[in-house]
Amino acid sequence: MTSRIGVVTFPGSLDDRDAARAIRAAGGDPIALWHGDADLPDVAAVILPGGFSYGDYLRCGAIARFAPIMEQIVARANDGMPVLGICNGFQILCESHLLPGALTRNDHLHFICRDQKVRIESTHTAWTADFTAGQEIVIPLKNGEGGYIADDATLNMLEAEGRVVATYVGPNPNGSRRAIAGITNARGNVVGLMPHPEHAIDALTGPTTDGLPFFTSVLTSLLASR
Amino acid sequence: MGLDTVSSASAHPESEQPFAELGLKPDEYQSIREILGRRPTSSELAMYSVMWSEHCSYKSSKVHLRQFGEKKPAEGWPQLLVGIGENAGVVDIGDGWAVTFKVESHNHPSYVEPYQGAATGIGGIVRDILSMGARPIAVMDPLRFGPADAPDTRRVLPGVISGIGGYGNCLGLPNIGGEVVFDASYLGNPLVNALCIGALRHDEIHLASAKGIGNLVVLYGARTGGDGIGGVSVLASETFSEGGPTKRPSVQVGDPFMEKLLIECTLEVLHAGLVEGIQDLGGAGISCATSELASNGEGGMHVWLDRVLLRDPTLSPEEILMSESQERMCAIVTPADLDAFMAICNKWEVEAVVIGEVNNSGRLTVEWHGEQIVDVPPRSVAHDGPVYSRPMQRPAYLDALQADAPDRLARPATAEEVRSTLLTLIASPNLASKSWITDQYDRYVLGNTVLAQPEDSGMVRVDEVTGRGVAVSTDCNGRFAKLDPYNGAKLALAEAYRNVGVTGAVPLAVTNCLNFGSPEDPEVMWQFAEAARGLADGCLELNIPVTGGNVSFYNQTGTTAILPTPVVGVLGVIEDVTKRTSIAWSDGDVIFQLGETRDEFAGSEWAHVMHGHLGGLPPKVDLAAEIALASVCADGLGWFHAAHDISDGGLLIALAEMAMRSGVGAQLEPTGDLFVWSFSESTARAVVSVAAEDAQRLTALCASQGVALQRLGVVAGDRLDLGGPIVTIAELREAHEATIPALFG
Repeated sequence: MTSRIGVVTFPGSLDDRDAARAIRAAGGDPIALWHGDADLPDVAAVILPGGFSYGDYLRCGAIARFAPIMEQIVARANDGMPVLGICNGFQILCESHLLPGALTRNDHLHFICRDQKVRIESTHTAWTADFTAGQEIVIPLKNGEGGYIADDATLNMLEAEGRVVATYVGPNPNGSRRAIAGITNARGNVVGLMPHPEHAIDALTGPTTDGLPFFTSVLTSLLASR
Repeated sequence: MGLDTVSSASAHPESEQPFAELGLKPDEYQSIREILGRRPTSSELAMYSVMWSEHCSYKSSKVHLRQFGEKKPAEGWPQLLVGIGENAGVVDIGDGWAVTFKVESHNHPSYVEPYQGAATGIGGIVRDILSMGARPIAVMDPLRFGPADAPDTRRVLPGVISGIGGYGNCLGLPNIGGEVVFDASYLGNPLVNALCIGALRHDEIHLASAKGIGNLVVLYGARTGGDGIGGVSVLASETFSEGGPTKRPSVQVGDPFMEKLLIECTLEVLHAGLVEGIQDLGGAGISCATSELASNGEGGMHVWLDRVLLRDPTLSPEEILMSESQERMCAIVTPADLDAFMAICNKWEVEAVVIGEVNNSGRLTVEWHGEQIVDVPPRSVAHDGPVYSRPMQRPAYLDALQADAPDRLARPATAEEVRSTLLTLIASPNLASKSWITDQYDRYVLGNTVLAQPEDSGMVRVDEVTGRGVAVSTDCNGRFAKLDPYNGAKLALAEAYRNVGVTGAVPLAVTNCLNFGSPEDPEVMWQFAEAARGLADGCLELNIPVTGGNVSFYNQTGTTAILPTPVVGVLGVIEDVTKRTSIAWSDGDVIFQLGETRDEFAGSEWAHVMHGHLGGLPPKVDLAAEIALASVCADGLGWFHAAHDISDGGLLIALAEMAMRSGVGAQLEPTGDLFVWSFSESTARAVVSVAAEDAQRLTALCASQGVALQRLGVVAGDRLDLGGPIVTIAELREAHEATIPALFG
């Protein structure tokens, strides 16, 4: 049970297979979850993958948050189940109010796909424990609406509480405030990340293998909490 | 005017019909009347007009395209599972796997409305691949624009790039390569070609035929709207004219989210065994899908057109038949499987409706609220359209053009001039970094991309267990084709073949998108015929078949045609993608040139950029040498550290690209004339780097294959050191990367 990690497929999810592959590479068992199912099967953690759920219509993630499966995911997340939202998944977590703030159109108005240097700012989350604080990694960034925004009070709070999980190194790729690439909730079980660690698990198909510790971290933390 | 039924067509034989406005010539209209034995109804006229358009019927090109099927080895092509004529050809890549790939043009719509034109170009080619039963696994885009600094290029290019990205990214297909070429001849006639690759198991191949009397015709996907009416006839099959009416209503509007659902839904109904035949709806919409399915199957079909789900309820039956609304598919389903089929559509929230039934009447009949509005032999619509042997004439200008060799042009005389020429060329729009463009495409999604831009080929893994994969490259130098269309087509083929070969993949099959001016101009028609002949001969010499493709005519404004642009795509197979060779070399490698350099500058980037010159005869084609080169590169799998095709801009450009890609420079040892060594565009050449201890092995390998080998130097440092002039990687990058963002960013 501790190695079963669900990956939700919404209409328009694109990186669901990649997330499942990354879980397998880390030694876990990916479990395919369908957006329309109201019941959450026996999984120890959940990944909301990248893509364009519902075509990004209305607003990125705004429709997906109302998918039947989200009700239980939100409830279980509030009980401490690890949840990772990548890219569109991050947007869904913000729309679901599991994480504060929002993601807006890249400041340069173009979709961008590139190998991005990112610094791990916090290792006190279920998804980053296998990194060392301050570690710099390179993983793909690919999004059109990746600019993280929140009001100053929220940003100050996130920084003061160590809830900024990752920041961009070098030129800000999308206009994110304070170069934020990822954040976590107060408990550290829910993480939203704009870049894509699931595309950096194998040097053959990704720029590095720097993404793998996100997936080993959660397996480690699940074992420790058993 | 009221509904024009079959009986009213018989009762009122002399009613005037707007065939000319629909793009039909008087004699074509006359043959429709002869086929039917009466005047066509307005709905029949609509169907014939779109299906007999140049775009759908290949009426001017058919007589030349036949060579692709006819010129073949005595034993045929063993790798070809499905040949030309289907939505896309299917090639055996071993282990029970097959791939299908095809390139199509969306040139005219992309000029009128760049974003939607380019977006729906991707959508259309993806559905072609899907309709063979394959999962689409990657896309590529060969693009050509007017001069990079022309105002209209600034209108067209950013829209096209956003459209390709906006649609392809949302579809979840990695964009793994393509081309971006600028030339004055494409101003007003940009070329937006789109290629898609799909993978399937041998037993999953599906064809577009309506078999089984009593089976149902199901239309599913997006609703039918008023967009793209007459796209193939009014838009793609005519020349743009100055001051003519705007053709925006003929451009389709895409919804990539719907297409993504359509892909998943279609693959699920196919895998569940619920589909007897399948066809995508692209050019000519329902007219094309119903007539082709019927023509390929039992020969008869009845359609209740009023059942089609509409976005706009005011559409007339003629408009519904002609609409090119995107994201629609048509499946033939047995009555017993219908509920299961509908359940899967429902799961993916895709609307579906039964619009017809297969029969053996030999006729395609369409009714509209109980009235018969179409009654035609389907073959006459789908396959037996007009065929023209258009007049051809060798262009009057050609002798003078070929005589104007680049020998008279001033060449860089000193080492320092070679250095500055390198920096000018590497910053010129055609050779500059295209990262600003390709960074707007997702190359990572699906997790199987092994090589993407700026590598020589795009490569994707097909089988995650064995590592079997495919490599694809598209190429064409239109300047070569202008100087000599026959050899220009062969050169395009040779370059694509080489680009696949240097990765270590074995070239297997060819697709093409033949972009030309008006076929009604005898000189353009001659260019086309020569290019088709060259491509067919070249494929036979290389022993790889053409599996399908597309012809785009009327790429001209007024009397000025584009450079003849036969874009050629080559697909190769590689058994284990982990062994592939990239263009990034490693510190300490020994560098070699494979192949021979001659003094060849006609049509070269150097002549184009430094002198604005086009004349002479293009580089010599040597396809036997190309085969030997690819064979050496395949033998190098696993121990070649890097390999890079030498083509646009010549050897020094290739070396600069390798240095920039890897971040390590080279200590070079030029031989002979430094200028020729640096910038000649002789073919059948590649740069290869190996570990020092493998140098002997490479020498022996090249000797055994009869490939000339020349040592170029060693990989070291942070610069290209030509034994005199020096250029640092930082200088190269600055020149290479600034151009495109400065123009379009």
